[in-house]
Amino acid sequence: MSAFRALIVRDLRLAFRAGGEAMTLVLFFVMVGVIVPFAIGPDRPQLTRLAPGIVWIAAFLSMLLGLDRLFRSDDEDGSLGLLQHSVLPLEAVVAAKVIAHWLVTALPLLVATPVLALLLSMSWEQWWRTVLALAIGTPALTSFGAIGAAVTVGLRRGGLIAPVLILPLAIPVMIFGVGTMDQMAGGGATLFLIALSLVVTAFSPFAAALALRTAGE
Amino acid sequence: MSVTTAKQPNWFSRLAHPGQFLNWSRYLIWPLAILTAIAFALGLWFAFYNSPEDYQMGDMVRVMYIHVPNAWLSMLVYGVMAVAALGTLVWRHPLADVAAKAAAPLGAVFTALCLYTGALWGRPTWGTFWEWDGRMTSELVLLLIYLGIIALWRAFDDQLKAGRIIAIVTLVGALNIPIIHYSVDWWNTLHQPASVFTATGPKMPPSILTPLFVMLIAFTLLFALLQIVRMRTEILSRRAETMTRQAALQGDAK
Repeated sequence: MSAFRALIVRDLRLAFRAGGEAMTLVLFFVMVGVIVPFAIGPDRPQLTRLAPGIVWIAAFLSMLLGLDRLFRSDDEDGSLGLLQHSVLPLEAVVAAKVIAHWLVTALPLLVATPVLALLLSMSWEQWWRTVLALAIGTPALTSFGAIGAAVTVGLRRGGLIAPVLILPLAIPVMIFGVGTMDQMAGGGATLFLIALSLVVTAFSPFAAALALRTAGE
Repeated sequence: MSVTTAKQPNWFSRLAHPGQFLNWSRYLIWPLAILTAIAFALGLWFAFYNSPEDYQMGDMVRVMYIHVPNAWLSMLVYGVMAVAALGTLVWRHPLADVAAKAAAPLGAVFTALCLYTGALWGRPTWGTFWEWDGRMTSELVLLLIYLGIIALWRAFDDQLKAGRIIAIVTLVGALNIPIIHYSVDWWNTLHQPASVFTATGPKMPPSILTPLFVMLIAFTLLFALLQIVRMRTEILSRRAETMTRQAALQGDAK
């Protein structure tokens, strides 16, 4: 367990001390929200109506953009090869990296939602539901992303392929995520989102680890 | 008298040898092509001349004889790919990844044709090319998955490694497709209450079922034929690539 925790701490340190990628992702997330009113007009009631969709698209895009750093840098400097021979099974390594990745790329988005809520004139109720839906749904996005990142880790031109592969698979997350934010939907969507998130989070380390092993052969 | 104790290869592993496959599949192509042509001729004759017009849609109902087989194949081909993916991951069957690679573009084309004929059919009968109906949306997502898998095949240099990695993606997709279909259904009923698709069609009379079945068989035969031809091409092109590489090595040695 300590190795597991050490791996998470290592990834967090790497993320915060070098590159500042987390901040850039948050900036991108907010910028998507800023751009939409320019595209559809500053009509406040309309923005309020579209806000859940806009926030989810922004979150989707920022999560997909951040995917590439999940295994790529570790593969390039060889530490992924070392981790494959560590005391931890590769599945646990992947799980640790997914948790660290979620802390670095998804948690800051949650913190940044008040800015978008203000810009898109959300109500308190809407904002609260946004945070809830993102908190439940982003682990699923990160886990799908882990599969995509693991599959494309050996590719030199893999940067664009992982999002293209993952996006259709993650559509249910989007549907139930927006459903959770929709007041009309009631509890059904939230429960489905939780179920989906749990299943994907539990399943993806195995698929990702299998892909990493195959890629490393 | 000698007793052979060496393990005889069973039919499964004999099937696995790419050279053997090239040998026996050669005799399959022409019979399959002729069967396909006959089935298509029969099916099209039924579809155009020997089936009734629909009392509401008129002649437009004949689009169904192309549309439904394509929809069936769009799912069958993914099933073939999923089985091939299992074959790659579990048995490391040398032909499985060839089959998966050959099937992906075929599946994409059948899915695209299904959407295209659906749009042509929808325009005069529903008054729109596209509706965010559950089944149509699932089909569109399926097309996107096919295209993603094809893009992944093209991105790899090493096709053997690609086969195993793409098998993982194919299986993840296979597990996910029912979830996608379910979620899309749920989403559609949430946003747009059923309006166009409430009427469940009456049970089909045999005069429509017969041409439909013939066309289903014809399209499935077409898939089998194209799949075998594509697998042969893939094996031969891999062999050609190996020979080119060997020739280049020998050229270096001189």
